[in-house]
Amino acid sequence: MSLKIENLTVYYQTLKGEVHALEDASFSLRDSEIMGLAGESGCGKTTLGTSLITLNGRMRFIKGKVELDGQELPIWDNQRMNEFRFKHVSLIPQYAMSAMNPTRKIGRMVRDLIEARHENYAKILPELQNRLDLVDLPEDVLNLYPIELSGGMKQRMVMVLSTLLNPSLLIADEITSALDVSTQKAVVEMLADFRDKKIVKSMIVITHDISILSQVADSIMVMYAGQLSEKAPTDAIIHKARHPYTKLLISSLPKVGIKYSEEVLHGIPGKPPLLLDPPVGCRFRERCPVAFEKCTQVPPFLELEKDHFVACWKEFENHA
Amino acid sequence: MLKLNEISKTFHVGTFGGKALHAVRKVSFDIQDGEVISLIGESGSGKSTIGRMILKLTSVTSGSIDFNGEDITSIKKSGLKEYYRKVQGVFQDPFSSCNPIFKADRIFETMHEEYFPNMPREQWNQKLEESLHRVGLNPEIVLNKYPHQLSGGQLQRFLIARALLLDIKFLVADEIISMLDASTRIDVLNLLAELKTHGLSILFITHDLSLGYYISERAVILYKGTVVEMGETDKIYHNPLHPYTQMLMASIPHLDRKWDTATSDLSGKGAEVEQGCVYFPRCPLEGKGEHCLKDIPPLVQVEPGHQVACCCYQERKNSAL
Repeated sequence: MSLKIENLTVYYQTLKGEVHALEDASFSLRDSEIMGLAGESGCGKTTLGTSLITLNGRMRFIKGKVELDGQELPIWDNQRMNEFRFKHVSLIPQYAMSAMNPTRKIGRMVRDLIEARHENYAKILPELQNRLDLVDLPEDVLNLYPIELSGGMKQRMVMVLSTLLNPSLLIADEITSALDVSTQKAVVEMLADFRDKKIVKSMIVITHDISILSQVADSIMVMYAGQLSEKAPTDAIIHKARHPYTKLLISSLPKVGIKYSEEVLHGIPGKPPLLLDPPVGCRFRERCPVAFEKCTQVPPFLELEKDHFVACWKEFENHA
Repeated sequence: MLKLNEISKTFHVGTFGGKALHAVRKVSFDIQDGEVISLIGESGSGKSTIGRMILKLTSVTSGSIDFNGEDITSIKKSGLKEYYRKVQGVFQDPFSSCNPIFKADRIFETMHEEYFPNMPREQWNQKLEESLHRVGLNPEIVLNKYPHQLSGGQLQRFLIARALLLDIKFLVADEIISMLDASTRIDVLNLLAELKTHGLSILFITHDLSLGYYISERAVILYKGTVVEMGETDKIYHNPLHPYTQMLMASIPHLDRKWDTATSDLSGKGAEVEQGCVYFPRCPLEGKGEHCLKDIPPLVQVEPGHQVACCCYQERKNSAL
């Protein structure tokens, strides 16, 4: 197990009260596993990803335990986390396009970053050049300003940056959503390449686009309104989903080959609950076609088949 | 009903505007009554510029746009209002279409004042409610709210309702789905398809190929401001002939099958071409050569309802025979 998370709960502090953005998340990641994390906006996927790196001002760590390679991550302690960031766990942030310092040449910025981590830039430079090769960037990007790069190039540069010190866990947050389909494909393939070349051990790829995940992820975890719904190997999620939310979500995706005139797809009626005062029990209850009395209690996240975790009372019944 | 005749748009860029950027180059296609056309292209392909030119938000450098036989590129103020009664647009980010300080229904109020100044309040309210129902919204829930109190999908439908208040014939839908969540985007898409059956023509601008396939009868593939391939959606998706279209189709992430192992080549993406085929720097065809750089290849009909602009296509076909 490279990553093990138990009962991780993170809230946001707001003037109106606490936003229950992530509730009791427990799951684990194998060595060299690429896990896709999918869900609608506001479901807590980014909260889960960033909380493993840094808790920003409004985020409150409530409880939980995070273990990376057998070592506990002190994610509630900003200072102590410095030891781990970049070297053990690293993040490609959402909007990586604007993640670079616009006033520094890229090479200079990399140097600053490396030195801030007490590493020697000159020693790392040959490896840096290798990595640039790996993502198809010319070496002289180091002499350019970020503004001189296209969106896809910036994205790839940030990928190189985030993984430069060979972190054990890489969190990639919505890295493909602003890219063209052809660039998207290239970037996703590069991610898999990073894993295959053992530059990073395991990866969490956060996106709302399940079809991208189906190409690259070993497993997919689906979240809804701050709760984990389902985690299973990619094929199982796409073809044999067990949670009603996952099923509806997958069936609402348009694919090439489906035309409105031949087959009308349907969305999921209703909208996600406000997490300021979330409903008790399963949070998908209100939109769920199979909800019953039991759903007013929070369903546990159980492993019904090997590697297939589900949080749904109805499924537990069907399974029993 | 709407016909684009070789429209071009050139932006002047650089410090003193000395450099010309050809955003759209001699694009021609037409849209019939009750037809949905997908305009598909990657960022920088000029797809939004075409939409903006149709909506007269950007001037046209050359060429003409005929709407029901009348050239709209030259219409001025008074005629413009009449034009907007028939043609409206909805854009990508619904939140930036509304002023966050005011309630969202203010957009309906301005509509009332501008376009229906003589309509009594009661009749107007009734019309408004009908329009909201038509897009699947409950007026009691969505009226009298600020934009941030509505979800993206609701607000997007709100804006479509606004366009429908006028008796429009043509809608420019510029990436209206991309900001929405998976569970609600399909509802907006279905709404467009339903409006189409009532005779509305839609220009559906998107970079998402599967959405384009779902909703449209015909598709136009744009690369660097040039139409590289156009025709019936089925033919383009199942039998892409231009190397660019082929590359696009190979990059679609399908749920049920994996990408081919061939890795994508990003080199030459930013390269500019002075003359000739715009795809030349990225083109993987073996037959490419000097002749590709002579002229912009014209669109040639290869089968009924399928046109492609590639100078190598004819040769490839001959050698295949």
